[in-house]
Amino acid sequence: MSSHYESSYREPLILGEKSYHDITEDIARPIEGKANKNWYIAFYIALAAMLWGFGCIFYTVGTGIGVWGLSKNIGWAWDITNFVWWVGIGHAGTLISAVLLLFRQKWRMAINRSAEAMTIFAVFQAGLFPIIHMGRPWNGYWVLPIPNQFGSLWVNFNSPLLWDVFAISTYLSVSLVFWWTGLLPDFATIRDRAVKPFQKKIYALLSFGWSGRAKDWQRFEEVSLVLAGLATPLVLSVHTIVSMDFATSVNPGWHSTIFPPYFVAGAIFSGFAMVQTLLGIMRKVTNMEDYITRLHVEYMNIVIILTGGIVAVAYATEFFIAWYTGSPYENYTYLSFGAEAGAYGWAFWSLMIFNIIIPQFLWFKSIRRSFIWSFLISIAINIGMWFERFDIIAIVLSKGQLPSTWWRFEPTFVDVGIFIGTIGFFFVLFLLYARTFPVIPTAEIKTILKSSGANYKKQRDENNEH
Amino acid sequence: MSTNKVIHALYNDDDILMDAVKKVKGAHHHIEEVFTPFPVHGLDKALGLAPTRLAITAFFYGITGTAMATWLTWYTMISDWPQDIGGKPSFSWAENMPAFVPILFELTVFFAAHLMVITFYMRSRIWPFKEAENPDPRTTDDHFLMEIPVHDNEDELKNLLEATGAVEIKVVDKH
Repeated sequence: MSSHYESSYREPLILGEKSYHDITEDIARPIEGKANKNWYIAFYIALAAMLWGFGCIFYTVGTGIGVWGLSKNIGWAWDITNFVWWVGIGHAGTLISAVLLLFRQKWRMAINRSAEAMTIFAVFQAGLFPIIHMGRPWNGYWVLPIPNQFGSLWVNFNSPLLWDVFAISTYLSVSLVFWWTGLLPDFATIRDRAVKPFQKKIYALLSFGWSGRAKDWQRFEEVSLVLAGLATPLVLSVHTIVSMDFATSVNPGWHSTIFPPYFVAGAIFSGFAMVQTLLGIMRKVTNMEDYITRLHVEYMNIVIILTGGIVAVAYATEFFIAWYTGSPYENYTYLSFGAEAGAYGWAFWSLMIFNIIIPQFLWFKSIRRSFIWSFLISIAINIGMWFERFDIIAIVLSKGQLPSTWWRFEPTFVDVGIFIGTIGFFFVLFLLYARTFPVIPTAEIKTILKSSGANYKKQRDENNEH
Repeated sequence: MSTNKVIHALYNDDDILMDAVKKVKGAHHHIEEVFTPFPVHGLDKALGLAPTRLAITAFFYGITGTAMATWLTWYTMISDWPQDIGGKPSFSWAENMPAFVPILFELTVFFAAHLMVITFYMRSRIWPFKEAENPDPRTTDDHFLMEIPVHDNEDELKNLLEATGAVEIKVVDKH
């Protein structure tokens, strides 16, 4: 027992009287049981939203990008906002599974599986937008550097848009492999428990025949560590490159050297908010209250305060520098007196209220440890981070250098429909995941049971083992 | 043939398993395999397994990725069809390299991550449609299984394993 010692001052990460077998039972229950009514209601709402969105996508592709609210001055607005928003949400998953693994944060084990699932599903949604925006998505392969029918015309490696193609596809595929490798032992657990032959076949296929030999585990741990080491700079690079879509342009408001760190912090901020939103619901519907505890919620809120603080400082810097330059063009950027008083004042104030003011409530410990308040604040941040991207894009583009080009972006029902559709698609995937995948890394969480399980900690206290 | 016979000893606790591994090793018996439901810290050392070299392969795969990206950007942007894009002519790879850093980085990570994982799957023989090889389904739940080959010493081994706290001991004919 002494090898599993952890200070009794640390709160337990696993509540209740659990044995290894109890953990297996708890995590397998949502997979083996039947879905309840709430799950079906949520699923059908998400499915309806998804189908509506697909309808809007077909309408866009069939008719042309003209069905969106774009113009010759605002060539991208709602779609790229959604793209950046979804990519940003994805970042928390990799941060939790990779960065927190390198920092040996054991609390990540309760949430990393779902956070990574969220990453992958969010990056799917993000990837849809540039492909639809091509207008002719069947020509999408033109972004790849493959020999083609145009002589030797290649893609332009100087372009941040092409860097995006490489960054996002590397990110998606590496995240997927990281997630799946971690899933193999847990699929094997479900496989070996399955009684229905069909279920056994499916999980046998998904588990790739994982057997759990000592050598397999040794390699598994090394691969996880190296993948975490690779994914950590990868996740930072992805949003850095996304920010370069703007920062390498010459638009006032976009041409800003603080964009990469500011975007990365914003991405983690919004991603953790989305994890909070999803897990707030999931811990209830899959009965994971013993594994996703107040302590986990508090830790996530601390990350939110930190990254939210970085974002707030970035806003203040942008605002100050825009004013300090004295350049009239800077007074039309998204963080300026011009924006605050202009036609998009409501969007400016939405950003400030949802992203800067509301998260400050998390300084209070009672709010930070409250499930319901954390949930509500996380939704506010999700909205705020959407407005951040909308402000950066729509406000900056609405006021070009010539007043004759000034134009106000108004989304059409198709813009809104596709966005709602991606939210539906995301929740369809997540709800299916919550019913078919082990939502908590079963094997990994067993490794911390003896050190951080409530009953083991209590037992040690009673025996005075310090 | 007694050489095909193995003993399967099942344990229900990782600490007891670790002690048992040390005791069986101490009595100079060969442990063929240990199946566990989760990574048991220090088990590979106790079994005397050599450290894995997967991290080293990842390094070389990563270098391959960097080399590929260097070649790709040089061939497409500098050699095959040089263009003047945005007032930045394609003079030489070295002068245009800053614009290629994201590609160099992403392909390095792409190659290192994927090829390492593929190597892991090949070495551990795991892939779709592969049959699982753990002898007892409980080893993915809460049991730990130690497999020891028998060489006319069945009773001696049984007594030893019982003393180490095994909850179940089975003699199995392995084919």
